[in-house]
Amino acid sequence: MRNFEFFEPETIEEASDLLTKYNGTAELLAGGTDLIIEMKARTAMPEHVISLEKIPGLTGIDYDEESGLRIGALTKMRTLENDPIIRERYTALAEGAGEVGGVQIRHLATIGGNISHGSPAADTAAPLLALGAQVKITSADGERTVPIETFFVGPGQTVLKTGEIVTAFECPARSANQGSQYIKQKIREVMDLAFVGVAASATADNGAVSDVKIGLSAVAPTPLRATDAEAIVNGNSLTTELLQQAAAAASAQSSPISDLRCSAEHRREMVGVLTRRTLQAAVDRAQG
Amino acid sequence: MKKHPVSLTVNTDTYDLLIEPRKTLLATLRDTIGLTGTKEGCSTGDCGACTVIVDGKAVTSCMMLGVSANDKEITTIEGLASRDQLHPIQQAFMDKGGYQCGFCTPGFIVASKAFLDENPNATEAEIRHALGNNICRCTGYTKIIEAVMSAAEVMRNS
Repeated sequence: MRNFEFFEPETIEEASDLLTKYNGTAELLAGGTDLIIEMKARTAMPEHVISLEKIPGLTGIDYDEESGLRIGALTKMRTLENDPIIRERYTALAEGAGEVGGVQIRHLATIGGNISHGSPAADTAAPLLALGAQVKITSADGERTVPIETFFVGPGQTVLKTGEIVTAFECPARSANQGSQYIKQKIREVMDLAFVGVAASATADNGAVSDVKIGLSAVAPTPLRATDAEAIVNGNSLTTELLQQAAAAASAQSSPISDLRCSAEHRREMVGVLTRRTLQAAVDRAQG
Repeated sequence: MKKHPVSLTVNTDTYDLLIEPRKTLLATLRDTIGLTGTKEGCSTGDCGACTVIVDGKAVTSCMMLGVSANDKEITTIEGLASRDQLHPIQQAFMDKGGYQCGFCTPGFIVASKAFLDENPNATEAEIRHALGNNICRCTGYTKIIEAVMSAAEVMRNS
């Protein structure tokens, strides 16, 4: 690893100022499980590394029946995976966080890092899409909020501008008649990247299904919502036929590539299969 | 490049050091402090040979900067045994033959300790899942899992 200057700012403004001052030669450090690998491989060679760890308020999970869920960007994957509220109400996110790396990696890796890194295969991306998350972004100029579906721009690219830092994720409050699930398709049980990831969330409403959101990862240049599939299901009762139609629509909306993990054809097929399974599971869970 | 003062509590000793920011916690433990029980395998967080416990949580020390460990409490493999007695997990690895070449052993033992401290009643499936971040290249997994299961029982009864 090349040497670098190390900063531990104690406010977001100070971190943002450093990021702006050293634009192009600085990297933010959260859990380090992506950045340190890249620095060792010299695919990242920052001259300045800005740790976010000393900034208060960036860690933790808060839930309120009115205002909903707030997750600090520096919250560890292991914390999300084991949090009772996340497990009960935002199940897909607990499942996504629990799929990252192994236990030791999840004690380091943060949700803010997983999302800000902009990987199309990020395990928390599909769940956050399905759960309607908003991304809170702060810079020295102030704060803005971006829906997660517009946060990703391309592989490794996000809407973050110079000096901007993701500080939190917010999701609407959820009730007992809502359910969600994330399924990751991978080659190894642990310590592997998704070749397909699908998350679905739904509200069960007197036999009908509403507020359906489906998040896809690792099957397009960015994580994305399967909005065509959502529209097919929303407002209807979940039949086998409808599930098949939703699955086909989600497949059609994906645009996967072939790589060493698997072929584009297999990915596209699995998007359909997992859309069907996660939708059914989300509704089953919503019905308790 | 500017070095940073850090204070690391490793096992029972506190070390006040001046380190380059690029030094990982693993390199700091091995090269600066001289505790070479923690091993470097892949150096990309995949193999778990470098596992240490930081503030109660098992982490891959190759994926953490030494400067990020400032003021934290670190337990390494050297901190498990008391003067004349092995830790029950160490004893179980010996009794059950939970090692072959031995290179992955410190990581497996330290990861197991952190997990069993929090989950004393873990099932075999939970133990296998929790140790998914550790690789034994000799593939001696059966004996490793037997050792951890047996140690868990000893720890529950003590």
